[in-house]
Amino acid sequence: MVEVAFFFGAIGAIGGALAVVLLRNPFYSVLALVVHLVFLAGIFLLLLSQFIAAAQIVVYAGAVMVIYVFVAAYVGGIEEPMFDASPGLRVFGPILAAALFIEISIAVLGSSLSALGTEGVAKVQPGFGTPEAVGRLMLEDFLIAFEAASLLLLVAAVAAIVLAGRKKDAAPPAESANAGEAG
Amino acid sequence: MAIEWYLVLSAMLFSIGLAGVLIRRNPVVILLCLELMLSGGALAMLAFSRLHGDGDGQVFVLMVLVVAASEVVVGLGLVVAMFRRRIPLDVDEMKELRG
Repeated sequence: MVEVAFFFGAIGAIGGALAVVLLRNPFYSVLALVVHLVFLAGIFLLLLSQFIAAAQIVVYAGAVMVIYVFVAAYVGGIEEPMFDASPGLRVFGPILAAALFIEISIAVLGSSLSALGTEGVAKVQPGFGTPEAVGRLMLEDFLIAFEAASLLLLVAAVAAIVLAGRKKDAAPPAESANAGEAG
Repeated sequence: MAIEWYLVLSAMLFSIGLAGVLIRRNPVVILLCLELMLSGGALAMLAFSRLHGDGDGQVFVLMVLVVAASEVVVGLGLVVAMFRRRIPLDVDEMKELRG
């Protein structure tokens, strides 16, 4: 049963990932990433990470993807020719990715992890992966990382306003475009 | 369910994301492919967290979520700023730094 669920989730996640890379319209790529993240959250559930799976759905597939959808709609669906420019990367990109995948697979399968796997994965304490367990770890053992993350989010919010904010005294778009060309 | 399956899946997701970063030219799609690479890393950390029965990996994945959200906010802010300044949304066109 676990195997069926894993392969179902894995096929969905890989299909979503391939669709992100191969679809030409960025809007469809965003929607494919939502599909990928939902299937991946199912795999997280198989690893007894309930809280992470819920956070993945709510934060990633919910909030972050909404930003992507807004930006993809704002800048418009730019249909880029798929295999047009940068001929070097067009050839070497997939080759490099395939080589990396084969290398990591050899490293993983050739390591002694299978010896660990024969006696089964470690028994977990009851409550493993629940919000209570994760929150207890985060607020007791990893408090500094937690505070640093809050500071990082604050800086990112300020940076977004500075980067994308419309200046009050800015010229109208047409004139600013001319000024940009002149400058 | 052996742990290698999860690790191979995470390696595959990371590789697909890497290929996307290399062959796509739209910055929005490049950010999406970065998300794929991050989710591959997160899956590997959760797999090892399950293997050892230790919750530290889950906290690490939450931190990855936070960093990914920050990266998305800044990256998409840059994309919107590029779009406002009529800079073509194509990373091959961006060859020099300009103020």
